[in-house]
Amino acid sequence: MPILLHKRSILPGFGLTLGFTVLYLGLLVLLPLSALVIKTLDMTWAQFWSTVTAPQVVASYKLSFGTALAAAAINVVFGLLVAWVLVRYHFYGKRFVDAMVDLPFALPTAVAGIALTSLYAPTGWIGQWLEPLGIRVVFAPLGIIVALTFISLPFVVRTVQPVLEDLGKEVEEAAASLGASRLQIFTHIILPELWPAILTGFALAFARAVGEFGSIVFISGNIPMKTEITPLLIFSKLEQFRYAEATAIGVVMLGASFILLLVINFMQRWANKRMAF
Amino acid sequence: MRETVTIARPHAKPRALTEPRWVRYTLTALALGFLALFLLIPLVAVFWEALSKGFGTYLASFHDVYAWHAIKLTLIVVAASVICNGVFGITAAWAITKFSFRGKSLLLTLIDLPFAVSPVIAGLIFVLLFGLQGVFGPWLRDHDLKMIFAVPGIVLATMFITFPFVARELIPVMQSQGTEEEEAARVLGAGGWRIFWRITLPNIKWGLLYGLILCSARAMGEFGAVSVVSGHISGRTNTLPLHIEILYNEYQFVSAFACASLLTLLALVTLVVKSLVEWHTHRIEALAEAEAFEDRPEGADSPHQPLHPHRDHP
Repeated sequence: MPILLHKRSILPGFGLTLGFTVLYLGLLVLLPLSALVIKTLDMTWAQFWSTVTAPQVVASYKLSFGTALAAAAINVVFGLLVAWVLVRYHFYGKRFVDAMVDLPFALPTAVAGIALTSLYAPTGWIGQWLEPLGIRVVFAPLGIIVALTFISLPFVVRTVQPVLEDLGKEVEEAAASLGASRLQIFTHIILPELWPAILTGFALAFARAVGEFGSIVFISGNIPMKTEITPLLIFSKLEQFRYAEATAIGVVMLGASFILLLVINFMQRWANKRMAF
Repeated sequence: MRETVTIARPHAKPRALTEPRWVRYTLTALALGFLALFLLIPLVAVFWEALSKGFGTYLASFHDVYAWHAIKLTLIVVAASVICNGVFGITAAWAITKFSFRGKSLLLTLIDLPFAVSPVIAGLIFVLLFGLQGVFGPWLRDHDLKMIFAVPGIVLATMFITFPFVARELIPVMQSQGTEEEEAARVLGAGGWRIFWRITLPNIKWGLLYGLILCSARAMGEFGAVSVVSGHISGRTNTLPLHIEILYNEYQFVSAFACASLLTLLALVTLVVKSLVEWHTHRIEALAEAEAFEDRPEGADSPHQPLHPHRDHP
């Protein structure tokens, strides 16, 4: 079975570049991942199951997935809003705002972590106004949501923005000439076109938020059963040299990531198909 | 002679195609408020905290052996990962965009993997591979080599996290450019290297630059994966983000934020470069479009006519 499809390309370097790519990925990704599998196979099923279903671990899954879901949901609402405003409206400093949206991709997570923690601490700029209202952010699940919202902020904006830009005005014009109100046009014409992009952005934001570590270390306080997210649990197991337990929990997280990756790929294909019409 | 092509755009939008003014203002205010709360205020806070005890104390934060060592180690890690991942990105993009082969989508999924994997797991897999209890652990110990809790492990973990960036930037750029130019060069007798240096590289240089900048920004700031493999040995295996964590936990807030401000400045530089690259590519695209328009044969639409003649809406 030939690897190369179609007629032979006249361009050189197929063997060299594909060979190097596969070798690089093999050494950097597949080999280390296989170590994870080998380590897991050392455990019996009973050991594995009791590790990944221990109460502290289950509490961490709930917290990790719950907060990531909340952050991704916040970013769907505000990401759509920001993309809409950036594409449809004109205001002073739009290009600056547009560039700023990518800040969470460029800013190291540890920096984001200490900045947000100092802001939302009871003595911080924002925390001092929330403390009298009885709202606790730092060392509470709410703080985790704040940090995750920050780090996953660009995803929905950046997936929705190009689709919104390419959206033809003709359908809207047709709907308007037939007497549709602005709200009807938005919910019946624009929103259905945006759904694939919104869902892709949501899944990307969620996947990023579930695995986040750097910013959460500072803001969550890492209280077991209360504010301990799964990546942090893996980290503390490693610090206690309990490698088998860390690996088992890591495998569960990796499985969740793979499923998410498949869902994202599927949705992108779906979106492309829709766009092809 | 180049004449400017202007496309008529009606200034006043018909009312049915936009929202009432108060809705537009409210939505804009909400969006900007959200961005100010989540992006601008944290950004200001970093510099505010760093300079809270004056500029002298700020500068004094860098007169520290450990801080200097952390900066140097960070630069080494960035250089290593940018060079390796740059070469990988170019070769992977070449293989993926210039040829069609079996398993391409699997390869693309593999390249996306670090986006979906938690940084802690990225660190964990290298500990399992090279740690004392790991697969190669005993062999490394017998040969007196150290990967985990040492610089090579930090470089590997950072490379794992950052390898997709250059490839991910280049693949769409090279895909949209197609293979015609390279094939023409080949037919005219150019060798592989010559095609790459004379045809491909000039075409992809902006995308490559942005990919490399993004890769170095992430490499500089990587925390989770590095935290797992480094062992936090001050003066030996602490990168800048880990140094910030130690300072913060020791309540040396000014020093922590001073180091953080350094990384923040670099993040802002990344954003500026990104905007410049985008602006440049848009300009090139617009120029190419305008030229394609001018090159049309005589007798076609005169360039003075707008593309889609709009009538002013009543």
